[in-house]
Amino acid sequence: MLRFLARRIALALVTLWLLSVIIFLASHALPGDVGRRILGPFADPRAVATLDHSLGVDRPLLVQYLDWIGGFIRGDLGTSLSFHVPVAQLLLRGLGNSVKLALVAFVIVVPLSILGGVVAALRRGTFIDRTISIGGLSATAMPEFVTSIVLILLLSITLKVLPISVQVPPDADPFTQVYHLILPSLPLVLVLFGYIARITRAGMIEALESDYTRTAVLKGLAWRTVVFRHVLRNALMPTIAVVATQTGYLIGGLVVIETMFNYQGIGQLLYTSVAQKDFPLIQAGVMTVGVVYLVATLLADISYSLLNPRIRLAGRE
Amino acid sequence: MASQSRAALEVTDLKLAYRVRGRDRIAIRGVTFTINKGESYGLVGESGSGKSTVAYAVMRYLPDNAKITGGSIVLDGKDMLHMDGDDLRKLRATAASMVYQNPGTALNPTIRAGDQLIEAFVIAGVAKGEARERALAMLGRVQISDPQGVMGRYPHQLSGGMQQRVVIAMALASDPTLLILDEPTTGLDATVEAEVLDLIRNLRATFGTSVLFISHNLGVIARMCDRVGVLYAGRMVEEGPAWELLTNPRHPYTVGLLRCIPRWGLSKEVGPLDTIPGFPPGIGAAIKACVFADRCGLVQDICRAEEPGLDPVGEGHASRCHFSDIAQTLPRAERDMVKRPPVPETARAALSIKNLRRTMTQQGNSFQALAGVDLEIAAGEVFGLVGESGSGKTTLARSVIGLGVPDAGSEIDLEGKKLAPRVGQRSLDQVRAIQIVFQNPDASLNRRKSVRQILGRALTKLTGVRGERRSRRIVELSESVRLDAGLLDALPRQLSGGLKQRVGIARAFAGEPHLVICDEPTSALDVSVQAAILNLLVRLQRDRNLSYIFISHDLGVVRYISDRIGVLYLGRLMEVGPADVVFSAPHHPYTEALLSAAPSLDVREEHRIRLQGDIPSAAKPPSGCVFHTRCPRKLGAICEQQEPPLLEEEPGHFLKCHIPIEDLRRLQKPEAADQAG
Repeated sequence: MLRFLARRIALALVTLWLLSVIIFLASHALPGDVGRRILGPFADPRAVATLDHSLGVDRPLLVQYLDWIGGFIRGDLGTSLSFHVPVAQLLLRGLGNSVKLALVAFVIVVPLSILGGVVAALRRGTFIDRTISIGGLSATAMPEFVTSIVLILLLSITLKVLPISVQVPPDADPFTQVYHLILPSLPLVLVLFGYIARITRAGMIEALESDYTRTAVLKGLAWRTVVFRHVLRNALMPTIAVVATQTGYLIGGLVVIETMFNYQGIGQLLYTSVAQKDFPLIQAGVMTVGVVYLVATLLADISYSLLNPRIRLAGRE
Repeated sequence: MASQSRAALEVTDLKLAYRVRGRDRIAIRGVTFTINKGESYGLVGESGSGKSTVAYAVMRYLPDNAKITGGSIVLDGKDMLHMDGDDLRKLRATAASMVYQNPGTALNPTIRAGDQLIEAFVIAGVAKGEARERALAMLGRVQISDPQGVMGRYPHQLSGGMQQRVVIAMALASDPTLLILDEPTTGLDATVEAEVLDLIRNLRATFGTSVLFISHNLGVIARMCDRVGVLYAGRMVEEGPAWELLTNPRHPYTVGLLRCIPRWGLSKEVGPLDTIPGFPPGIGAAIKACVFADRCGLVQDICRAEEPGLDPVGEGHASRCHFSDIAQTLPRAERDMVKRPPVPETARAALSIKNLRRTMTQQGNSFQALAGVDLEIAAGEVFGLVGESGSGKTTLARSVIGLGVPDAGSEIDLEGKKLAPRVGQRSLDQVRAIQIVFQNPDASLNRRKSVRQILGRALTKLTGVRGERRSRRIVELSESVRLDAGLLDALPRQLSGGLKQRVGIARAFAGEPHLVICDEPTSALDVSVQAAILNLLVRLQRDRNLSYIFISHDLGVVRYISDRIGVLYLGRLMEVGPADVVFSAPHHPYTEALLSAAPSLDVREEHRIRLQGDIPSAAKPPSGCVFHTRCPRKLGAICEQQEPPLLEEEPGHFLKCHIPIEDLRRLQKPEAADQAG
């Protein structure tokens, strides 16, 4: 188990390193130099050169990379070019907001979609199964901005059950904060439900048709025991992996939703940084999302291996 | 009162259909049998006969599209077919249990073996606190080594034999009235199979459980059952006391089936195996009269007009045949075999293997899959290779064909020329010269290509023929394996197992090979199909004077087809010699044990030798003679310290054993050998 963990962490570090090289090279592959892009096409070449020098972008690439990555490792992410505050401060706030939204969405979608998948598998081929499968897929296929608008119109403007604004006073109690986050998380729930439910349903069906389920039934166990003790544990393994990969999307991939609801998460921050050509912010933002993604995958691997003794005990006699 | 009934299970006129694409297809056409208390009843039949369906119908565990359309099943006096969910559960928990074909998948991979076993006790009504002790005691009774340790382990940490013991322990937890065993030893190694069968016999004696034993292996049935029923196309065609039925069969199907089996005295020198022509009727086929009429050599008009009853032909013995009195005169379906071309005395070696070693790594442990094998195979010779799983049979075959690189110092020569270790480095002539027939034709044929495309591609790849000549060769090839030309445009899935294997054989013969490796070519096939494939392989080999390396775990099959046999154990050849010599004493103690373990119709129980324990891991082979940990004839310290050399003890007969051959001859006194003859 420890060896397995160590290998996974090492692999994650290699992935992060590759990611850093790719982002760094990509942001330097754009035409023109940084100073020109910041100051615009009509600026004085001397001013551009001075800015380049003060930003350090006239040094060789390797030096710049080592400087940047060194700062990154020390926790110094540089200063935002457009906001003129430390990048770390911006990212931390954005990340905090994104995590809040993701958590609300997660808490709603994970139990709901697993339940949906399990029920669909247990009632396979019936009306309920078809409703869950087809409904889920249709919802997944709809773009978030469409569902967002429909939900805003329906729940907030017509029915007036949920607040349209996500901005709450910073000293608001947690309940109010969550309450304001429900509406923006609903489009996410719709996107993810079909996906997770489908994987769960497939895992369930495979487990239900397995020989060990037959053994459990023919032992004379009650159906409820068969499902809870023998089927679920095996059936949910693929679901865990899928949920984990969606974490990365939920934290950092929500450009559309965060912009729609004007929510200051990391997605919106990245969007702004790209629009403003704020390179330190872009680089650090992408790296942060990368870290979040890898940590989520690592957690999934760990929980997966805890459920699966064949991985947990590999290499042990 | 129910419990006073003499019968443990009464199945009466059971009819069952599967609903496929909106139509009911009949699978079981009225099956009746009774298992008395304490009796062991065997149900035999080939695939598609409905034997497993009957077993699962008894447990009321059928797929959703299966429908019982008639008859009754009464278990321990209780009507199974009119039982609600709760009663059914209680019955499964207490009165009937099952042991399955594949213990590896029958156990839940994420729950410890002990917990799965404890669960069986709890559901049978044992108090939670007591269940653990009972489970531990039961593991002791199924003679598992280290029961305490097994309790805490997950199924994947147990060997196949141990897994099956856990499943058996689970099945016995409720002290059931009826124990259903569905091919419980298929897929286990011969020595492990022998142990598991012994265990079941002993437990049955202690528990007095009634047994329904499902198997396709008549040898296993002969060993385990008091009475036998033979199923064919969902109909019981013959029923009787096991020994009586197997030695004095009275239905042409049983007669034919028994003739298909390569029994131990039998070799290709004696004659071809008999076969059963044609195919069994599929599920849902309309049958008006006798189910076997279309394939029967004794068929008369009455057989197609009127179904015979299951009429008594002896004490407790009944046969569903109009001509049961002359069933044994069933004409042979196979004519004489091609005579063997004389092999010149100075036959050059087709294949010569010197000091073949292969070190492999698995999960960080390296082990020797082959530990120095020397072997010569002459042109026109069939060399049989036997051994349990992990002995290195397949690794040897793969090295010869050029998959998997042997360690440095190993040498494989084909007709005097050194073979490169990888198939890609060999010349086209060499690639063409060595071909292989795989165990599983399903997995080795491309599912999306027709037979014609499969054979055509092999021909072009190996011989370069194209166009008109290729089309002609395709037809010739299919004729040589007796594959009807009408099937050339079929896809593999449209063919039966036997026909698929014919395609596999034709593919291997496309390049006119000199050496063909047959890797368990018949182990996935029914006996009647196996017989036809073996006959075909013998005919092809003799027509062309080819060499074969024939790998099989079925000793009867290997004995039948081979000229010489090598016995592998943990990557070492323990014995090599002419087939008849290896099969008669004196043998290596390991060969002796293997022969005696194999369930066959020819060996009597009292002469069996029992090996203890599982095959040691190749990663940590025992010191000295690798067999000493299980050898019933171990001499002493010398066996633990020194590895004996493989010596030619008699002309052409090599043994790797410290015991002098004369002592072996004396120890292995005639009894066993006489019966085999």
